[in-house]
Amino acid sequence: MVEWEDAGIVLGRRRHGEADVVLTALTRCHGRHAGLVKGGQSRRMRGGLEPGSQVSLRWRARLEEHLGGFTCEAGAAVPPEVMEDAGRLAALVSTCGLLDAVLPEREPHPDLFDLCTGLLARLPEAEWAAAYADFERGLLEAMGFGLHLEDCAATGTTEDLRYVSPKSGGAVCGAAGEGYRDRLLPFPEVFRRTGPAPDADVVAGLAVTGYFLRRHVLDVLGRPFPEARERLIERLGRTRA
Amino acid sequence: MSSLEIERLVALLAKLPGLGPRSARRAVLHILRKREVLGDPLLRSLDEVLTAVRPCSVCGNYDTSDPCEICADPRRDDAVLCVVPDVADIWALERTAAFRGRYHVLGGLLSPLDGIGPEELDFPRLAKRIRGGRVKEVILALPATVDGQTTAHYAADRLAGLGVRLTAPAHGLPVGGELEFLDDGTIAAALRARRSVE
Repeated sequence: MVEWEDAGIVLGRRRHGEADVVLTALTRCHGRHAGLVKGGQSRRMRGGLEPGSQVSLRWRARLEEHLGGFTCEAGAAVPPEVMEDAGRLAALVSTCGLLDAVLPEREPHPDLFDLCTGLLARLPEAEWAAAYADFERGLLEAMGFGLHLEDCAATGTTEDLRYVSPKSGGAVCGAAGEGYRDRLLPFPEVFRRTGPAPDADVVAGLAVTGYFLRRHVLDVLGRPFPEARERLIERLGRTRA
Repeated sequence: MSSLEIERLVALLAKLPGLGPRSARRAVLHILRKREVLGDPLLRSLDEVLTAVRPCSVCGNYDTSDPCEICADPRRDDAVLCVVPDVADIWALERTAAFRGRYHVLGGLLSPLDGIGPEELDFPRLAKRIRGGRVKEVILALPATVDGQTTAHYAADRLAGLGVRLTAPAHGLPVGGELEFLDDGTIAAALRARRSVE
């Protein structure tokens, strides 16, 4: 018998028969992992298994490669501030959808897990949209395509960073990028904010992370962005207008 | 040894919610033993229901008449329209006898995981009903789940600008609920929606 215990964030669940669910969770030490939850559709359990809920999981299987079963203990639920706000809820659904779509199964990403728990804690706060942009940047990094925005990829300067190279994901300063600016992405100001970020900066930041997520991850897997992400960007854009 | 016909009936009944192969077998045996009092009436009733019952072209409810009994009832309030995901929710609301307005069945909830997008839901007919001009309030009676609230926000966006008041049922303590046994989310929602008792 193989068995472990871990903290998890529910990414999704599928009905299995009338009473059970197959739960997919992002766990701290075991990555994205699925398992059968007996009675997961019961009135008592299903509230704690909503996407974005935090759970304590015990996974058991006869062999490592089996689906196995989860025993779940509900932790922090999705806060009402998130449920009641369309933008925050879209950010939550997009987070779960992206993680479910791009993470390989059973590959540990403890840093990404910590980033996600941080995001869940920040979603009820005023700076939730910028926190979501940070999450997408962290996701890119976990996938091996991190943005290098600290200094210019061409000159090494930390001043006047205005662009991002669509090839390397590195920052480019105004002087080095001048001749190529129609081919470069605008520098995402949201990632060097010192105070509150306007929604316009968040949308611009998501355009950059979205470009790299699509190019390096989603297109390779043949998957689209979650619809919730599009709704989120549309909503942030509307606020800006 | 069961005949092929019995096996076929068992296999069909086993597909019903709440039944598995064993309980379906028991049900078939019961129907055969009570042929006159249960089997024949069940057959007739099933035939009648499948022949006569159709979805209402106005609200999506199931009924033998179109428009359904609820849509055709002149005593109901045309100004309040309750949007529900499924016909089962109409039945649940009707059991309470607490709502005397009209209904609209969306036909599900937005669910990225199950591949249900806005095109699969009956928003166009809902918007058309509201544009008809009699509706003053739309109650989005959708589940307090991530999918339910995502659908509610989407509906609110889509119906904004149609000149109706959009409301949703309160979330919080159920009647007979004790704090000790409630989940964190319900308690947090109930506290946020607290009301004055003075």
